[in-house]
Amino acid sequence: MTSLKQTPLNAAHRAMGAKMVDFGGWDMPVNYGSQIEEHHQVRNDCGMFDVSHMRVVDVKGEGARAFLRHLLANNVDKLTVPGKALYSTMLLENGGVIDDLIVYFMREDWFRIVVNAGTADNDLVWMKQQAAQHAPQLTIVDHPELAMIAVQGPNARTKVWEALPGSKELSEHLIPFSAVEMGSMFIARTGYTGEDGFEIMLPAKAAPFFWATLAEHGVKPIGLGARDTLRLEAGMNLYGHDMNERVGPLESGLAWTVDLKSPRDFIGKAALLAHPPTLKLVGLLLLDRGVLRDHQHVHSAHGEGEITSGSFSPTLEKSIALARVPNGVQIGDSVQVAVRDKMLAARVVKYPFARNGKGLV
Amino acid sequence: MSNPGNLKYTASHEWVKTEADGTLTVGITDHAQELLGDMVFVEAPTAGRKLKAKEECAVVESVKAAADVYAPVSGTVTAANSELDGTPEAINSDPYGAWIFKMKPDNAADVAALLDATAYQAVVDSEAH
Repeated sequence: MTSLKQTPLNAAHRAMGAKMVDFGGWDMPVNYGSQIEEHHQVRNDCGMFDVSHMRVVDVKGEGARAFLRHLLANNVDKLTVPGKALYSTMLLENGGVIDDLIVYFMREDWFRIVVNAGTADNDLVWMKQQAAQHAPQLTIVDHPELAMIAVQGPNARTKVWEALPGSKELSEHLIPFSAVEMGSMFIARTGYTGEDGFEIMLPAKAAPFFWATLAEHGVKPIGLGARDTLRLEAGMNLYGHDMNERVGPLESGLAWTVDLKSPRDFIGKAALLAHPPTLKLVGLLLLDRGVLRDHQHVHSAHGEGEITSGSFSPTLEKSIALARVPNGVQIGDSVQVAVRDKMLAARVVKYPFARNGKGLV
Repeated sequence: MSNPGNLKYTASHEWVKTEADGTLTVGITDHAQELLGDMVFVEAPTAGRKLKAKEECAVVESVKAAADVYAPVSGTVTAANSELDGTPEAINSDPYGAWIFKMKPDNAADVAALLDATAYQAVVDSEAH
């Protein structure tokens, strides 16, 4: 058995009764008891997640913006105010998705990027290779020594302000999708749950104390199990499930993050323009009893599709999914999903399925 | 939770209780529900269905995953627990009370050959390594 990577909060999770699982090579908490209770905890109050397995990468140096204009499918020129963040995909020349990420504009010579854990090493190789070719003056600085704690839910910001003296003054005026530095900490009003809250980056050695302080203020730990159902309800893509190196952003519900209108060129643009999508991502609501799962086949009047993320929605108390289907499929259509030996009825719905404490479907 | 000593078990994590009339009541073990997490859906076999030992005959689904439930011995299904349709989480809170189906074994002696609580615990312990 190869040894799993650990975050600085590993011992804290175990002390809190977490069930630990191998999550892409990381020893991570999947829940601390009931995944469904943790899900409701975040929708109704707040909870904290250890997301230290995600990687922080800084792009530093003169011309950082020009480099990212070329590297990312979304347009960093939308970032004009320091601290503002942008969600983007990073594409291969063929238009496939290397990763999805959040990029923060801090200064003209400093952009901070947060990438997925499983793709981080690959992303770094790609970014360094592209920088060497197009912007050799830049440094791509990997920060494995930074931990990240997400505090999410309607009461999340208040709890952080209580637990972290001085943070309120700095962060209460942060608009959604922006960040501010506080000493060695980086406080971002971002998340992956469809609720308000913060994602806080901090030195690994400070993480256990901050985690314990949040717990003392009544913030409950939430495992990666609930993180997945929260993001699915919120209609947020998961890399490796809803898009990957073979499936581009336009077929993954991410056209809104791809800037094809401006004259700006970026890696993957030519391929996206040359191959208009024939498939699209839609939401499914299961009408029959059962649970939709990844890779189940979807049968529509316009041809076959496939579920890319399927689970049970604790908020709706029904099964929901994201599915890639032929372009002709429309909201409101009835489709059939092959679940084991049965065909179950589902309806094509608009997503997000739930956000800000409420079901939307 | 320890495995009740009055039950028999399978290596695939079903528990089996022999009722006074020889009927078998079948559910999944505490270890199985613990592994699966919050249960959200149970599909039990319909009464009258003939089962072969180790045949997939029911499905339990948690938020996380779907798992098959296997027939502990050969026989015929006599009842399904329809209460689990509305309260699948009963399997989490009371795994040895929340039965999934009942069956009449073809051969009562087959039940004796199943694992006892100690032997089942050894199976669970070996999976942990």
